[in-house]
Amino acid sequence: MSAAPSPAPHSVLLDPEKCVGCTTCIKKCPTEAIRVRKGRASIQPERCIDCGECIRTCPHGAKRAVSDPLSMIEAYRIKVAVPAPALYSQYDEGRSVDRVLSGLLQLGFDEVFEVAEAAEIVTRATRELLASSGEAQDLPRPLISSACPAVVKLVQLRFPSLIPHLARLIPPMEVAARIVKERLHPGESGVGVFFITPCAGKVTVTRAPLGYERSAIDGVIGLRDIYLPLRSAIASAPERSLARAGRRGLEWARVDGECDAMGERRSISVDGIGNVIGVLEALENGKLRDLSYIEALACPAGCVGGPLTVENPYIAKTRLRNREDSAPPEAAGPRRYEPAIDLNWTAAVKPRAALALDPDMLRALVMMEEIELRAEGLPGLDCGSCGAPSCRALAEDIARGTAIESDCVFKLRDRVRELAKELMALEEIRPPGLDREAGR
Amino acid sequence: MDDGDFSLAGRASSELKRVLGRLGIGPETVRRAAIAMYEAEINMVIHAGGGVAEAEIGKDSVVITLSDAGPGIPDIPLAMTEGWSTAPDRFRELGFGAGMGLPNMRRNCDEFDIESEVGKGTCVRMIIYL
Repeated sequence: MSAAPSPAPHSVLLDPEKCVGCTTCIKKCPTEAIRVRKGRASIQPERCIDCGECIRTCPHGAKRAVSDPLSMIEAYRIKVAVPAPALYSQYDEGRSVDRVLSGLLQLGFDEVFEVAEAAEIVTRATRELLASSGEAQDLPRPLISSACPAVVKLVQLRFPSLIPHLARLIPPMEVAARIVKERLHPGESGVGVFFITPCAGKVTVTRAPLGYERSAIDGVIGLRDIYLPLRSAIASAPERSLARAGRRGLEWARVDGECDAMGERRSISVDGIGNVIGVLEALENGKLRDLSYIEALACPAGCVGGPLTVENPYIAKTRLRNREDSAPPEAAGPRRYEPAIDLNWTAAVKPRAALALDPDMLRALVMMEEIELRAEGLPGLDCGSCGAPSCRALAEDIARGTAIESDCVFKLRDRVRELAKELMALEEIRPPGLDREAGR
Repeated sequence: MDDGDFSLAGRASSELKRVLGRLGIGPETVRRAAIAMYEAEINMVIHAGGGVAEAEIGKDSVVITLSDAGPGIPDIPLAMTEGWSTAPDRFRELGFGAGMGLPNMRRNCDEFDIESEVGKGTCVRMIIYL
């Protein structure tokens, strides 16, 4: 298997001033990608799936996403905002989608194109995929949604046997950007497309796409960063009729939304990276084969709970639902984007072998034996003081040569104690020439 | 695994998958081993209330052995028939007991061996070539 080593970019940055070197993020990371070294958390990029759990859970706000500043849009002649529908869930319903979008124009954008409208197109494409015979296309059922980049990366890293199940369709944000560039402004120069993102994972895929070569997105602005300026802009912007997306597109921003939009009942909708792992485990164990579709989202409640959002995920979800209720089912009088954008993947998504101990299996076996032995000798408290998330992970790091046994505070204490005993024993011995009490 | 604690069923399969992943073993082999182990551990919990699951990994093969001190299987060929099940209702209510456990185990390994004595227990040995 062993996939060619590829650079594994991710979009989580550490603020070394804020990081206190605690153990919160190392424990929460679902791929055990973080270690504390020299008092600071450090991410192993080849293991990071960009789920943003560390950003979400860091009690000191020391993790943030690499995203672009709003000032970046100035470099373009035509500035187009492409907001994720999760954006709407961050503001109360008193601020209509029209007002939120008008606020974006007030901030300096020339046009807006809703990702939710593109999500309607992806909904139709996914429905067609589901209607076609799975075997004929080498698409085993159930299909796993590929809309959440963290889930796609999780599959690559921890469930490579499930790669064939991934729906080979480009995500809504990319569809939106391509419509802007290739259909609304074909051949024009100076068009800048800016995605407004609820998560770090979507920042990374614009730089290192999954399933396609190059992204049409020019910049990514974190929802967290634009939240306050947009809030004031909404208050002062003249309201314009800009909202087009219907309910089906809006639904994609929350858990159950994809399945609701498709009307797919033989499906599972799962949110939260831990729950996603549970469902994928079951699928890999041969269960769930009677399902058609798995909508798996790394964040609690879906994209509305993304690590770059500001509102509580469940409050945001309810707000989104209220907006869905007042929207038409689909974008009114659908604009035609002819010819239709090709949604199919054009690049292979390959397994990521970052968890393997050694490319040579025999050497890996020897290391595995060492790990088992070492793990038995460690206290098993998983305290994290060594900087690894568990005693087992430390045992693995020792075998990989990136840690030593005395990194464990209990092991260190044992050694200090032994040394102290030895010292005491040595102290008892007195040179015979000086010791008058000794009977020698 | 013991006491018929169903919440632990699936652990052996997860653990085996984790180790195989660390060894860089290909996805297809991992999938087969995961299914074989999962079906076997579920069977062991349902019918014998628990037992011992072991996996031995060598350079050519994965050998999975599950042994229990359960009621044993009176008629092995019948038990190997697809759709045949003696799972109690309380497990059927959970979606198990479709009679595909043993056939699925055999399908996902290269060598399959089962020994059972009524009143003493059952031992299943599965080999997957690497």
